Amino acid sequence: MSAIHLTTPLHYEDLQKLKAGDRVTLSGIIFAARDVAHRRMIEALDRGAPLPFELDGAVIYYVGPTPPPPGLPIGSAGPTTSYRMDAYAPRLYALGLAASMGKGKRSAELRAALQKYGGVYLGATGGAAALLARHITAAEVIAYPELGPEAIRRLTVDKFPAIVIYDAHGGDVFPPI
Amino acid sequence: MMFLCRWLTRACPQTFFDRAHLSAGTPWIDAGLSSLMPAVSHSDSPGIKKESANSLSYEDFTMRIISAERLRQAVEALILSVSRSLPSDVRAALQSALAEESSVQGREILRQLLANADYAEATGLPLCQDTGTAVFFVEMGEDARIDGAGLQATLETATRNAYASGYLRNSMCHPLTRANTGDNTPISLHLDLVAGDGLRIRFLPKGGGAENMSRCAMFAPSRGISGIRDFVLDTVRQAGPNPCPPIIVGVGVGGTFDLAPTIAKKALLMPLDMPNPDPDAAALEAELLDAINRMPIGPGGLGGTRTCLGVRLLLRPCHIASLPVAVNIQCNAARRGEICL
Ligand code: SF4
Repeated sequence: MSAIHLTTPLHYEDLQKLKAGDRVTLSGIIFAARDVAHRRMIEALDRGAPLPFELDGAVIYYVGPTPPPPGLPIGSAGPTTSYRMDAYAPRLYALGLAASMGKGKRSAELRAALQKYGGVYLGATGGAAALLARHITAAEVIAYPELGPEAIRRLTVDKFPAIVIYDAHGGDVFPPI
Repeated sequence: MMFLCRWLTRACPQTFFDRAHLSAGTPWIDAGLSSLMPAVSHSDSPGIKKESANSLSYEDFTMRIISAERLRQAVEALILSVSRSLPSDVRAALQSALAEESSVQGREILRQLLANADYAEATGLPLCQDTGTAVFFVEMGEDARIDGAGLQATLETATRNAYASGYLRNSMCHPLTRANTGDNTPISLHLDLVAGDGLRIRFLPKGGGAENMSRCAMFAPSRGISGIRDFVLDTVRQAGPNPCPPIIVGVGVGGTFDLAPTIAKKALLMPLDMPNPDPDAAALEAELLDAINRMPIGPGGLGGTRTCLGVRLLLRPCHIASLPVAVNIQCNAARRGEICL
């Protein structure tokens, strides 16, 4: 199956075309953020403060990478389990987030938000962290550096491989268990 | 000898409880508990005299002294190699899963995981970005002692050093504020005192994704084997794609509320290709493995026939009123390794 190539920022029309099970590759800028960074972003929104990056059309990758060894932009960088961000993510989708990328299943509320706002949820291979890091060509901490592995990073990605887990129309790649 | 035994029984449990909760740089950890436990001074233990650099004698009895420095270096090397390479039995299990998996997506995931293991080994990058809680299972001979900093402190130092020098991720944080401790300590230490003067250290870096899918239950004995089976299968079903399948399932049955999860985790140290020495446990392992692989979870959760690489079960006698059951899920990045000093 050949992959659908996507370049960030993503557009509503591109997202509408994606179907659960589609293989995609991502190029451009994506943002690394996980647990505490999400809590901080929601707190910022509550205060009316700006977010560390533009949400419209953005892709958030749920990852806390290992530190970069000398000569590499980043260490190992596979996905973390996504449901932990379900408490925060619907609000980000409402504000224009196009896609989140992680691993595992998510809540009914999150899936409803995808349909409502036209977003998608992508899955990267959990455990393939060293291999996935090859698709990240640059990384820079842009917010909350004190969070260490949980800081928000701007990542430049080149053909980062993923699969559409939930599409914007209620499609779900996971077989019912 | 008699004095020494008395010294050991007095000092060792105290040492375990006291130091198990201390960690440099993280004063909020169990300060309450530590302050409740009076410290024991080793220096005034009766009848002990230091004979040479590597032994300690009392009358006809000799203790082996292991240098903390040697221990630290060996544990740092262990942490680095374990974080970067998959154990050979796990790799072999992934390879046979690839040969047997019926789904195309499942085979693709398994190929990626094997390629990842090759790549990590070749480059020295960690197998997974979650380099885990540093879990140690230590069997320490009662006739051995660590010179200088002692066992717990040396393991903490080795962890701190290896996570920094090996570019491993610091994944430990304050449970309420979520502030990172900054050096991947505290470690999690399970210590068994055994006969002899050996020291065996097993390291199991445990990722959060699979750990979060683990469960423990206190059943009535009437639930029996079918209750155990249902609980394990339900835990795996609930976990679904979350813990990075193909998974390994560690099951601990028996003990007390605290011990069942510990033996479930200890079960994850058993190589996949080693038959369970207990025939009842072996039969239940085989039955559970078959039932899990009939669930349509598959590698990566994308569907398929190889959800689980192995089930490992450890049993322990329990109270006549209890049937504790714990399930510790391990992910495909099933890192573990050991050294003996
Ligand atoms: S569950 Fe295991 S393989 Fe998956 S991200 Fe966590 S440590 Fe890595």
